[in-house]
Amino acid sequence: MAARYDRAITVFSPDGHLFQVEYAQEAVKKGSTAVGIRGKDIVVLGVEKKSVAKLQEERTVRKICALDEHVCMAFAGLTADARIVINRARVECQSHRLTVEDPVTVEYITRYIATLKQRYTQSNGRRPFGISALIVGFDYDGTPRLYQTDPSGTYHAWKANAIGRSAKTVREFLEKNYTEEAIAGDNEAIKLAIKALLEVVQSGGKNIELAVIRRNQPLKILESKEIETLVTEIEKEKEEEAEKKKQKKST
Amino acid sequence: MEYLIGIQGQDFVLVAADNVAASSIIQMKHDYDKMFKLSEKILLLCVGEAGDTVQFAEYIQKNVQLYKMRNGYELSPAAAANFTRKNLADYLRSRTPYHVNLLLAGYDDTDGPGLYYMDHLSSLAKAPFAAHGYGKRFILNLPSFTVRLIDKEGIHDLEKLTLGAK
Repeated sequence: MAARYDRAITVFSPDGHLFQVEYAQEAVKKGSTAVGIRGKDIVVLGVEKKSVAKLQEERTVRKICALDEHVCMAFAGLTADARIVINRARVECQSHRLTVEDPVTVEYITRYIATLKQRYTQSNGRRPFGISALIVGFDYDGTPRLYQTDPSGTYHAWKANAIGRSAKTVREFLEKNYTEEAIAGDNEAIKLAIKALLEVVQSGGKNIELAVIRRNQPLKILESKEIETLVTEIEKEKEEEAEKKKQKKST
Repeated sequence: MEYLIGIQGQDFVLVAADNVAASSIIQMKHDYDKMFKLSEKILLLCVGEAGDTVQFAEYIQKNVQLYKMRNGYELSPAAAANFTRKNLADYLRSRTPYHVNLLLAGYDDTDGPGLYYMDHLSSLAKAPFAAHGYGKRFILNLPSFTVRLIDKEGIHDLEKLTLGAK
């Protein structure tokens, strides 16, 4: 049945599916995991870095990109598609500043990206973008925001979310561990992102790339040394937790 | 009339612009800023047709910012000047040319300070000093100055100020 209805994107199947969009969502599930967390004064994006080949330059593989000085995004899915979307978003950010003399709000640029994606689900001869994006930033009134878009062109605001491979596992972890005290401070929010990624990333700190935006500050990509320090802190905390539990059991 | 002046020093560029926005004989604003910040180390000074100035300068400004977002580093002053000139040249032979005169002042971390002169016919010249408007008449033909001071003690000769060869 599906075979006859997944050719042209503009065709609905009899049971109401747009198969190309769903296949695009499958492509997203194959991409490396990305996690986004909205703190009080900070927003955090973390991605799983695929290990690079020996001869490959590591710094050319960037999955977290600044769209403007106060907004950035991470994606999961087809990297080439992401490049196009990011380029269009960057132009739109500057165009908005030119016409309205104000920086974009995170919601505005998310809506723009989502509209762009939706257009490609409704025209002939084009396929949808195979990416989901996590867009974070601060509006100019200082409110932190996190939005997620997917290939169908829908977008929602989140407190914390994950996309890509094993996104479900990470999201369940976040649902359990995203509490007021978990995001009380900047460092706590960053550690929560790392903990969430460590659930699914095999080789630990060196396969994690992390970026933060603090209010009124530009995007900062953490160095691997900083990530290593935080990972060691997290592991120490885990050991202390395990020790405490053991002591409780024995008493 | 509008006045732009720029002087390149050893490791800096100094620029000045008048603050008047006038419409024939009426001074509409006396606190008008004619300098546009293109990036952390580049300023664009723009005078000319009312409206054209802001439209053109802001367009260049946002495009320089877009370059920074796309590439992760800022355009050099030389590159920004050439980009500006190219845009001006493209519009010159269209139905809607921009009638603006510009000075671009920047500091490049490797090449040092740079001052670029551009006019509405889309010429571009890197110069140690440059000016537009009444400033042009003043700066390009600076004579030497005999300087004297008069106070209660009488008339005193000060050092003569000469430009170029004595």
